Parts: sequence; structure tokens; C-alpha cells
Amino acid sequence: MTQSAASPAQSVPADPAGSAAIAVSHLVKQYKTTRAVDDVSFAIARGSITGLLGGNGAGKTTTIAMIMGLVLPTSGTVAVLGHPMPAESAAVLGRMNFESPYVDMPMRLTVRQNLTVFGRLYAVENLKERIAQLASDLDLNEFLDRRNGKLSAGQKTRVALAKALINQPELLLLDEPTASLDPDTADWVRAHLETYRRTRGATILLASHNMFEVERLCDRVIILKRGRIEEDDSPEAIMARYSRDTLEQVFLDVARGRAQGESEARPPDAIREQPSASRETLP
Amino acid sequence: MSELAVRHGISLRRVGAMILRYWYLLLSSWPRLLELMYWPVLQVITWGFLQTYIAQNANFFARAGGTLIGAVILWDILFRGQLGFSISFLEEMWARNLGNLMMSPLKPIEFLVALMVMSLIRLAIGVIPMVVLALVLFHFNVFTLGLPLIAFFCNLIFTSWAVGIFVSGLVLRNGLGAEGIVWTLMFALMPLACVYYPVRVLPLWLQHVSWTLPPTYVFEGMRELLIDGVFRADLMLTALALNAALLVASFAAFLALLRSAKRHGSLLGGGE
Repeated sequence: MTQSAASPAQSVPADPAGSAAIAVSHLVKQYKTTRAVDDVSFAIARGSITGLLGGNGAGKTTTIAMIMGLVLPTSGTVAVLGHPMPAESAAVLGRMNFESPYVDMPMRLTVRQNLTVFGRLYAVENLKERIAQLASDLDLNEFLDRRNGKLSAGQKTRVALAKALINQPELLLLDEPTASLDPDTADWVRAHLETYRRTRGATILLASHNMFEVERLCDRVIILKRGRIEEDDSPEAIMARYSRDTLEQVFLDVARGRAQGESEARPPDAIREQPSASRETLP
Repeated sequence: MSELAVRHGISLRRVGAMILRYWYLLLSSWPRLLELMYWPVLQVITWGFLQTYIAQNANFFARAGGTLIGAVILWDILFRGQLGFSISFLEEMWARNLGNLMMSPLKPIEFLVALMVMSLIRLAIGVIPMVVLALVLFHFNVFTLGLPLIAFFCNLIFTSWAVGIFVSGLVLRNGLGAEGIVWTLMFALMPLACVYYPVRVLPLWLQHVSWTLPPTYVFEGMRELLIDGVFRADLMLTALALNAALLVASFAAFLALLRSAKRHGSLLGGGE
């Protein structure tokens, strides 16, 4: 059974103590006739990795954009690292970073030049050493002095991740971080993110269509559908609730409107069918 | 980039980072560098020969030597100053890099200051060859205008920045579909700013409109200096006051358009 609009996840005050990395309360985004995000509330604990799931148009990107301050909510509030956004964004923008398929790094600049510019924007100390460290960690050395426009999609994704980590952020927002990577590199990036979270104590909010990735990385999963929270729990608890072995099966159940418990009756082939992997469309 | 962070001061380090970003871009692309010089050089050659021809056949223009070439050079300061500002901004739109900047600690005022510096750098690359050509080919030395040249230059560059800030805000709000405004808005001001002719040739009602534009005072001032040898400080001070108002208004408009872009979710797309 899917959660209703008045589910506990949405009705509980987001973060009364201000201790969460992200606290979202009754967030609404209305674009003319489209309600992209509809009364969403959640609080994300510091040091956790949370997956934001949902089909195309579910409201993931809009929710992340409102957390980042790139989109203003119609109503509701967002607080990041204890500061209300966007009113106090100056206090937190240097402590967070992001990677998204909706933005690129300048194509004519080399990887090193791009990282130098962003390192300076984020006031990174010992920038040369930091770039060398990132190049080593993310295996960028081979193309560090190559223009970004000359890189493969996978290399660009790694450079974007390097930019997202340049300031060693306390909060990292990632939108499809392994979308263009081969399985080996993707696995390697996931391992790097896990290590980064563990060593830095960072909070990561991850939007992804890769259910294996979410299962592996995330302590908690929030599933959105038509702008509302459908599920909000640990991956294990959600899978148990739907009597499923994988998050992908749960995702299909939610996407196709099948309630919890209905799923056992379906033929196994149907649940392996892949949903469209195209990106969420912007309003 | 926080709208409300303006009051917290400007970081020269972040401004420097943005200038470095555009400097890398300029050095990476010889067509970009060449284009900066191409149009100004073409302009001064065309208008320089026209001035030479007219001066040979009209007493007034023989006496008012240099007004056309002077107007061309000053117009280019105005036009190229705005383009230098706006193109650096457009580079971020073309590169889909604006989201990265908006999410960084870069403040709007720092971004705009970096664009102003870049407009000066791009202007210098374009106008210096133009000035040299005017001297070599047509014996017009713009520096003979003396100290008033500084007043002319400052007023024109302030106007170009005000227009650049405003059109950048429009592109920010409306996406690259509004890019055409960047290239054409200054031309809409051209007939009213009386670049090549005195204000008195306009119909009386249009003269009132013309005097609301700071460049009008500069071009009138230039003609008075070249033809009558008189520097009109009053014109420059009026232009300066108008420019101050324009800059404040354009910055306020930029912030309002940025806020509107965030309300409408247009920062993530950035396309057409």
C-alpha cells in the first residue's frame, strides 16, 4: 500500500532542532498548471547518504534545485546545514557542492584550468595540492591538461565529480553521478563516494535511476511520485514492505501504482522490465 | 550566488577567479581574439575614408576634422564595452556553466565586477589597433582630445556596463532565446544618442528623449571639443549623474530578473 499525502514522512515537522544537514518542510513548487513538488517534508541526518528516487517528472530535480537555491519554492521552507535557504545561502554555499547533468564544465578550458577556477571560487587552500589529490583519487592525471570538450562522457563525469569535491564539501548533492560511466568506473566512483562519506563525515543526497547504486550506497531512500513522497525509509524496510528483493522491483511497483503486497501475484518477467532511463524533464 | 549576500562584501579572490576563467577562454581561442579586433578595424577604415572624402569636398568638415572618426572610436567604446560585458556572460550560458556559478559562493556583484573587468580587457584588445590605424591611416590621434577623453571614456563605459547588466538579466530570465537583444539593443540607442550628428537635427520632442541618454552628452561634448575647442564639463557631470542612476537601476533589474528566473526554474535549463 502506498503512503497517502498525509503520510508520516510528510506531516512530521522537518527538523525542529536545526541539526539536520537538510531540512525540508511542506515544500511546494507550482509551475502554472503543473505542481512539480507537492507538500514534501523530510530531514536528512548529517553524515548519511540518502537516495532520492522517482520516475521522470516525479519532482527529484526540482526538489534538489530548491535545496540548492536555484529554484524558489512556491511555499514551504528549506534549511541547509542549519541555515534557511536562500536567505542565508552565503553561509553555506562554500560548504556544499553539487554535480548535475543539467550543467557542464566550460568546454574550452582544460581540466586543470577548470579545477583551478572553481578551487579559487571556493577559496580552497593549497589548491595545487588539492587538484593533484583529486587527479590521483579520480584518475584524472592522464587528461588533466586536456580541454573538457575533448573528453569522453565518462571522463567528463569524473571531472564534474572532481569539481563537486574540490572544496571537500560537508554536503554533496549528486544528480545521476554515474550515468555515463562504464560499470567498472561507476563501481569505482561509488567506492570513492563511500570512502569520502566515511572519512569526511559528509552528507550525500543522491538522485539516481540506478537502483543497484542506491541499494549499495544509501542508508535511506525517498521515493517521489508526481511531486509527493510515496516512500521514505531504509532500502531494506521498503523492500520488506513490498515483499521485494530489489529496489528496482519496488520502483516498478510504485511507478505502476501497485500497492504494497499486490506484487507477489505478478509474473516474475514483468517485474524485470526496465523503465525508461531518460532524465526527468524540466518544467 | 546569493542575492542577499551582496551586503557581505566583495571577494577579490572570487572576482579574480572569474577573470582567470575568461582569460583562459580568450587565450584558448584565436578566432575569439581576432574577432575582437576585426570589426573595430573595419569600422575605422570605412569611416576614415568617408571622412577623408567629405573633408576634401566640404569646408565645414575640413574645419571639423576628426569628428566622424572620433565618433566612430567613441561609439565603439560604447558598443564594444557592452558586447565585451555581455559576451562574457553569454559564454556561461553557451557553456551551460551558469548553474555551477550560481551554486558556488560567487555573489552577483562579484560576477558583475568580473564581467566589467573583462569588458575593459576585450575593449582594449579591439580598440587599441583601431586607434593606431586611425593615427597611421588618417592622422587622427584620439589622444589629442586630452584629459576630456578620460571623461568621455568613463561615461561611455559606464553606460555600456549598465546596458550589459540589464540585457544579461534578460537573458538570465528568458534563456538564449533573448540573446538577440545583446547584439541589437545598443543599436536602438544609436540614433537617439546622436553619435554622428548634433542633437539639434532631431525633432524637438525627440531631443528631450535624447537628452535622457548619457552617451548623448558625450558625443555632443566631443563635437564641441573638436569643432569649437571647448570642453563642456557640465555635460560630462550630467552624463555621470545619469550613468549612476542607470547603473543602480540596471543592477536592481538584474537582481529582480535573477529572482524571477529562480521562481520560474529557468536557471537549470538555460537554453532556448
